[in-house]
Amino acid sequence: MSVTIRQVRTGLNGDEAVAYAVLHADVDVISAYPITPQTIIVERLSEFVHNGELDAEFIPVESEHSALSAALGASLAGARVFTATASQGLALMYEVLYITSSLRAPVVMAIGNRAFSAPINIHCSHDDAYAARDAGWIQFFAETVQEAYDLTIIAYRVSEDERVLLPSIVNLDGFILTHSVEPLHIFRDSKDVSEFLPQRRPVNPIDPDNPITYGPLALQNYYMEIKRQQAEAIYSSKKVINEVFEEYGEFSGRDYSPVKSLYTEDADTVFILLGSTAGTMRYMVKKWRREGRKVGVVSLTLYRPFPEEELIESVGDAENIIVMDRSFSYGSPGGQLYMDVAATFMKRGLNPHLVNVIYGLGGRDFTPEDAEKALEMASKTDVDIVWIGVRGDNYG
Amino acid sequence: MPRWPSTWRELPPGGVIDKPGTSMWVETGTWRSHRPVIHLDKCIKCLMCWVSCPDNSIVRLDNDYVDVEYRYCKGCGICANVCPTKAIDMVEEGGL
Repeated sequence: MSVTIRQVRTGLNGDEAVAYAVLHADVDVISAYPITPQTIIVERLSEFVHNGELDAEFIPVESEHSALSAALGASLAGARVFTATASQGLALMYEVLYITSSLRAPVVMAIGNRAFSAPINIHCSHDDAYAARDAGWIQFFAETVQEAYDLTIIAYRVSEDERVLLPSIVNLDGFILTHSVEPLHIFRDSKDVSEFLPQRRPVNPIDPDNPITYGPLALQNYYMEIKRQQAEAIYSSKKVINEVFEEYGEFSGRDYSPVKSLYTEDADTVFILLGSTAGTMRYMVKKWRREGRKVGVVSLTLYRPFPEEELIESVGDAENIIVMDRSFSYGSPGGQLYMDVAATFMKRGLNPHLVNVIYGLGGRDFTPEDAEKALEMASKTDVDIVWIGVRGDNYG
Repeated sequence: MPRWPSTWRELPPGGVIDKPGTSMWVETGTWRSHRPVIHLDKCIKCLMCWVSCPDNSIVRLDNDYVDVEYRYCKGCGICANVCPTKAIDMVEEGGL
């Protein structure tokens, strides 16, 4: 590893790692609702602010709707801002999610992915991230605590780039990453990081001396042009994301790309998934390879904008594609990632055998044995959706 | 008067209006269904309409009589409603 900036090797859980990334990003404003389903991310940040380590305003608001509204306002005023939430909290932000991206406000938010109620559950599902998929935010998925730290810093560079100006979500699996301690490298302080992430230079900030209007009315006359521009903004952000990934690789010694693949070159079966379970699948793919089975795995670090070309390229000529969703889109043709993947292939006239594996809802463990079962069940030709680890019938 | 952007590429990001006072050239009175018509013979210069108009569309003249700025008037009818001498009629657009 060619590390250009000196770093510290330490052990942190995912929450603390994100909090350190936000500290090292030298944010100006943190606004958050401090009660469940909030994570320890903002608790640590509150400590950083109150013990003087971080010179920022910490706004403890009365709801997640207000948390994102305050972050949005601060971002439009030119501040570097952060908020965090999960599950029900994200649901309460829903209205403001769209406003933030539509006003092109760079906000970085961490989501410790958790299941939506009911039943009440505080553990990992990707329900919250998926619910925000159409809201126009850039979304990253961390596989490890190290990635949660790195992607948070990367997200600021991407969001604030004047060619992008869009908010970003950094997803990390609830409990599996948020509450698990892992070894990682972090930078020493914000001064070291400032070379990669200099002070924000806002475009069109709110300024009493130069009055401008954010959020005006646009009806039949201009709404559609503004939306067309927004669609273009998130599609074209991928070029900037790739540039920033590359630059961060040189800066930190850790390489990032929109998709990560293992053993896909000659694979006849490829798993596609998001989040921490990619580690389990990589372990399994290595095991299967030792057994002579041609299985590969692709995990997506970038979920929105959806990395279509990179995905197609990394999957190659595999005949069987198994898409794993840690959520379900009730009444839909399949899980959310499954539908993205299906559309990506179909747009290009490709027609692999596509199976959807639903796993790990509400924090249920996904074990190597479950992976074996998933591979076995998904190999049947007459199957499209398989629920792994559920009591009773698996198909449908 | 600035030109309206002809394609989405020319719009400022996020539909921000990046300068103040643009309502001077954006005419917002285009969707009115009824227009106020003032009969100055009944006007007593009380200026209740001028005070009450929510959009500054009643113009106060030098002699304290009033006129209507139709480029911005939405036709809400508040002026006609507050006028103590019923000097303002709301007349249907297109019926003029």
